[in-house]
Amino acid sequence: MTTTEAEHAAIEAPGEPRGPRLSKLPVYLSVGVIATLWTIPSLGLFISSLREPRSIRASGWWNVFGHLFDATTWTLQNYRTALDQGFSNAFANSLAVTIPAVVIPITIAAFAAYAFAWMEFPGRNVLFVVVVGLMVVPLQMALIPILKIYTAFNVNGTFPAIWLAHAGFGLPLAVYLLRNYMGSLPSSIIESAMIDGADHFTIFRRLVVPLSVPVLASFAIFQFLWVWNDYLVALIFLGNNPKVAVLTQTLATLSGRGEGALNLLPAAAFVTMVLPLVVFFGLQRFFVRGLTAGSVKG
Amino acid sequence: MTTPPVLDDHRGPMPRPPEELETTNGFTVWLLRFGSAFVVPAVLVVFFFAFSFLKDEGVNKLLQVGVALVVGILGVWALFWGMDQLVSLLPRRAAAAVRPFAFVGPAIVLLGFYLVYPAVNTAILSLQDARSKSFIGFDNYVTVFTKSQYLISIRNSILWVLVVPFLAVAVGLGFATLADRLSKHAESAAKSLIFLPMAISFVGASVVWGFVYYFRAPGYGAQIGVINAIWDGLGGQPVDWLRLQPWNNLFLMVILVWLQTGFSMVILSSAIKSVPVELQEAARIDGATEWQSFRRVVFPVIFSTVMVVWTTVVITVWKTFDIVFVMTGGREGTQVVAETMVREFFTNRNNGIGAALAVVLFLAVVPVLVLNVRRFREEEAMR
Repeated sequence: MTTTEAEHAAIEAPGEPRGPRLSKLPVYLSVGVIATLWTIPSLGLFISSLREPRSIRASGWWNVFGHLFDATTWTLQNYRTALDQGFSNAFANSLAVTIPAVVIPITIAAFAAYAFAWMEFPGRNVLFVVVVGLMVVPLQMALIPILKIYTAFNVNGTFPAIWLAHAGFGLPLAVYLLRNYMGSLPSSIIESAMIDGADHFTIFRRLVVPLSVPVLASFAIFQFLWVWNDYLVALIFLGNNPKVAVLTQTLATLSGRGEGALNLLPAAAFVTMVLPLVVFFGLQRFFVRGLTAGSVKG
Repeated sequence: MTTPPVLDDHRGPMPRPPEELETTNGFTVWLLRFGSAFVVPAVLVVFFFAFSFLKDEGVNKLLQVGVALVVGILGVWALFWGMDQLVSLLPRRAAAAVRPFAFVGPAIVLLGFYLVYPAVNTAILSLQDARSKSFIGFDNYVTVFTKSQYLISIRNSILWVLVVPFLAVAVGLGFATLADRLSKHAESAAKSLIFLPMAISFVGASVVWGFVYYFRAPGYGAQIGVINAIWDGLGGQPVDWLRLQPWNNLFLMVILVWLQTGFSMVILSSAIKSVPVELQEAARIDGATEWQSFRRVVFPVIFSTVMVVWTTVVITVWKTFDIVFVMTGGREGTQVVAETMVREFFTNRNNGIGAALAVVLFLAVVPVLVLNVRRFREEEAMR
């Protein structure tokens, strides 16, 4: 054991985390209070979603604690009704919008990022700075002109129209993230592949893409959450047609119905949340990286 | 900006035949470069829109998703591959000059169409009337900066930008600092709870909080919103929180704080953990209190991260439209710029005012854009 470690051991009890001066109780207490405050809104909604429609209207969700083990307290009926009333269709629409809107920009951005990192061409630096700069152009700047073009060509309300729009809006961040990552790969491996006679396409496919999986994953998760949770782009480019409406639109419409939809809202809200929550907690570590660089998007 | 080692085809191991040097001139190469940039997007657009079954909403969703997936993954990839093969048919030197554009071009073309052209067009539309028929100078901007309904939007947006990032960073920082002292399992469990709202859409969050703020006039049934129930329990009259001006703005801001705190907490937590333990211990040995050691040792080290998080949340807040749109529709004095923009252009069909508000949104983030590019340059210089 080195001296520093010995000192650590002397100051801190073994296995104790940092900051021994603060006594434990207030720390646990304040963390607990904040965490509880943060959890109550969604927990309350979740409990509501599992209650009888009549009880949702009649009393607050906290009343379940009186009869937790009463069989009549819990039901999946709200989920069934919500899925029947358009939410299963909206779920399929959300998938149909989201998957291509994630995959297309990743492919296009990966090629561009490779060129920015490992190829020489006139205007490379200027183009890249422009691409990075475009990250801060608000989505709102694009809505009116694109809607005009889409309307003129009669493609508004179609899935391909919204795929390409999401691809365009997602590209600056994707190119930025991927280029930074690909540029930091060791040049020696790419040079030696060159010397072995590999062309750019082969190096990209066989070396750079496999090595870039972490950053590809983190962008994919970021873009997935972004597109799945998007309301604005869907509202403008898919319009009010319930046949193609995605989950966020359907939920917003339902919430506009007020007291009449009270029993369906909690279950419907959780239908919209289930996939992002699974993706989010399953792949959290990839997500944090994308988050740091990415939240200026859109 | 440092340039990574350049790997042109002509630096490959095979010495290139000298006669090929002269086979291309600059103009042809530029023509080919532009051509190669447009091929992939053009084929993509033609494919998507020529096949009516992708447009037909009656068609089986699974089939659509399947086709979309095949096109999205294999199709786009195959397009790039085909382009690369085409470029390879060129003389060696010309191929080396054109190939980068076949790689980078599709991204640039899409960005040009979906961001650059619309930005310019929106700026022009903002100088035209509601139906984009004739130029009216800066009248839309005069309207936006003089009429009270728009001034309220701007005032509210500024309040959002002042309040939400401050609270999200303050709570996130405080929570990260405290959670750092818990045992590993307790820390990650507590952080997950704060982090969870990050996965929820703004519309979903609006529904979640709609139930928290739920209001029923007395005599119309029990209060099922948790806040009114507590208020009721304390003997108060139930309050319609979302109509209680001007405080309803604050209640809407709370929703975004709830959503954004997880982001700031996670980033700041990893920054705090990167502060060397020795620094804090040295301060402790010198007799610093916990607060002093945080204030004078930890905070200065993580300050640049705090700024990054703060600007990031500022931009998010400034552009947020969903929460106000869903919760109040901008009524009861809660309108903000991003939401008013959508309402003017989409609901009221006023392109001029909508475009002017979009330009206002954009101009306000330009300083951040400049900072971002500068930060990027500095990072590049350090690499």
